[in-house]
Amino acid sequence: MLIWSRSARWPIWALFAAVFLVIVAAPLAVLVAAALATEWNDVLPGGFTVAHLGSALTGENQGSLLVSLQTAAVAGLAAVAVGTWAALALAAAPRWLRKGADGLLHLPVAIPSVVVGLGLLVAYSRPPLLLNGTRWIVLIAHLVLVLSFSYATVSSALARIDDSYAQVAASLGARPALVLWRVRLPMLLPAMSAAAALAVALSMGEVGATIMVYPPDWRTLPVTVFTLTDRGRTFDAAAATLILLGATLVALLILGRVSRGRTTTGVSP
Amino acid sequence: MTTAALAVERPARATRVSPLLWALPPLVVLAGFLIYPLVLVGVQSVTNEDGVRTLETWRSVLAAGEFHRAIGNTVLIAGAATAGCIMLGTFFAVVLALVPFPGSGAAARAVDTLLAFPSFLIALSFTFLYGAAGVLQLGDFLYSRWCVILAEITFYTPFVMRPALAALTHLPAERLAVAASLGARPGQVLRRVVLPEIAPAVAAGGALTLLLTLNEFGIVLFIGAKDVITLPMLVHSKGVVTFDYPSACVVAVVEVALSALLYLLYRRIFRRKGARGADLVP
Repeated sequence: MLIWSRSARWPIWALFAAVFLVIVAAPLAVLVAAALATEWNDVLPGGFTVAHLGSALTGENQGSLLVSLQTAAVAGLAAVAVGTWAALALAAAPRWLRKGADGLLHLPVAIPSVVVGLGLLVAYSRPPLLLNGTRWIVLIAHLVLVLSFSYATVSSALARIDDSYAQVAASLGARPALVLWRVRLPMLLPAMSAAAALAVALSMGEVGATIMVYPPDWRTLPVTVFTLTDRGRTFDAAAATLILLGATLVALLILGRVSRGRTTTGVSP
Repeated sequence: MTTAALAVERPARATRVSPLLWALPPLVVLAGFLIYPLVLVGVQSVTNEDGVRTLETWRSVLAAGEFHRAIGNTVLIAGAATAGCIMLGTFFAVVLALVPFPGSGAAARAVDTLLAFPSFLIALSFTFLYGAAGVLQLGDFLYSRWCVILAEITFYTPFVMRPALAALTHLPAERLAVAASLGARPGQVLRRVVLPEIAPAVAAGGALTLLLTLNEFGIVLFIGAKDVITLPMLVHSKGVVTFDYPSACVVAVVEVALSALLYLLYRRIFRRKGARGADLVP
C-alpha cells in the first residue's frame, strides 16, 4: 500500500481510469464499433450492420482466413517440433555450441520481420532452390519468425524441470529413446502447448515478412486487411480484423482443450 | 551396485558421443532459412544488377535524403515510444500493484491481452479514432509522427508493465509500511523505495521495447503516412514496390546492424544481472 488515505487515492484512480480508457479501452472498442458500423462521420457511428462481417466471411476474405489458419497450423506445428528438438539437443550440447545456437535462435526477435522476408526473397529467387512465388516461402517465413518464441518457451521450461526423473528412468534401464518419449516429452508438454499457442497467435497476426514474400494465391488475412485499408474500405478491414481475432481465439481454445486432454492421458502409465 | 552404476553411466556416455549430431537438424533449419538468407542480403548489397561487385549501391543509398529521413524517423519514433512506454508502464504497474482498486486484476489482464493482438490492429482503430472523419476529428494528426508514436506506446506498454508488476510482487509490503511510519510521504516512498526496486525490471522492459519499436513495421504501414518513412518501410518499398533488391539489402544491412548491436548490448547487460523480469517470451 503506497497511499494510506482513501481520499488521496481517488485522484490517482481517476488519472489511471482516464489514461486506461484512452490508451487501452478506446482502440479496442472503436475497432468493434467500426466493424459493425454502416458509416462513421461523427462522434458515434451512423448505424449498425452485420454486412461487413458477412463480407469478411465470404469470397476472397474467407479464402484469406483459411490461408491464415493453415499457415498458422503448419508453421506453429513445425516451430514447436523444431524448437523442442533444439531445446533438448542444446541442453546436452557443449557450452560453446549452446551459447552460440541460443543467440542465433533468438535472432529473429531482434531483427525486423521485413528483413527476414527480404532475405528469403533474395535467397530463394535463385538456384539451387526456387521457392519465390510458392506458398512454401510464406510458411518458411512464419516458421523462422515463430521458432524463436517456441524455442525460448520450451528451453526455459526445460531449465526449470527437475532432471532427476529422467535420470531415475535411465538408471532403471530405460533406453534414451524411451526416457525421451515417456519422461522428458510428457513433462515438457505444458510448455509445448504454451509454445504452440504463442506461435499460432503470432503467425495469425504476422504482416511484415508475409507482405514481402506472399504469392497471389497464398494471401494471409492480415495482408488482405492491409489491401482493404489501402483501397479505403476501412469498415471491411475492421470487420476482417475482428474475424481474425475471433479465429485466433477459437484456435487457441481448441489448442488448450487438445493439450489438456493429452496431458492427462500422456502422463499416466 | 555395479550394474546400477553402469546403468547410470550408459546414458551419460551415450549423450556425450552424439550431442553435436543431435543438435544438427534444428541448426540446419536455422542455417538454411535464416543465416543463408541474411548472408545473401549482405552479398546482394554489394552486387549490382549485372552481378558485378561494387559499392555503388551503398554510396547512392547512403547519400539519399530519404535514407537520412528514414533513420531520423526510426530513431526518433523508437526513442519517444520507448520513453512513453516506460512512463506509462511504470505508472500502470505502480497503480495496479500499490494503489489497487476493485477490478485492477481485470485491468492488468486487459493490458496483457494487447500482447496477443497484431500491432496493426491499433493502427487500424486509430484511423477511426483520430482520422479526419472519426471520433475526435483531429485533422492531420493521423498522418503525423506523433500518431505513430502514440500507437506504438499503446501497443508496447505491456512490455514494460509486465516486468515492473513482476518486480513489485517481490517488494515486501512491510518495507513500504516502515518507510511511511518513519514519516516518508508517498512521493518520497515512491522515489526512494519503489522506483529503485523496480528500476532493473523497467530498464530490461524498456530495452526490449526499444529493440521492438526500432523494428516495428505493421503500425507504420497501416497508418500509411507518406512523410513518416522508417527503415523497415524503406526496406519494404525498395524490395517489393520498386523491386530494387540491392538498395533494399543495403537498408536491411544497416537495420540489422543497428538491431544486432542493441540486442547484443541487451543480452550482455541483462543476462549478467540476471534480471529475469523481461524474458523475450510474454
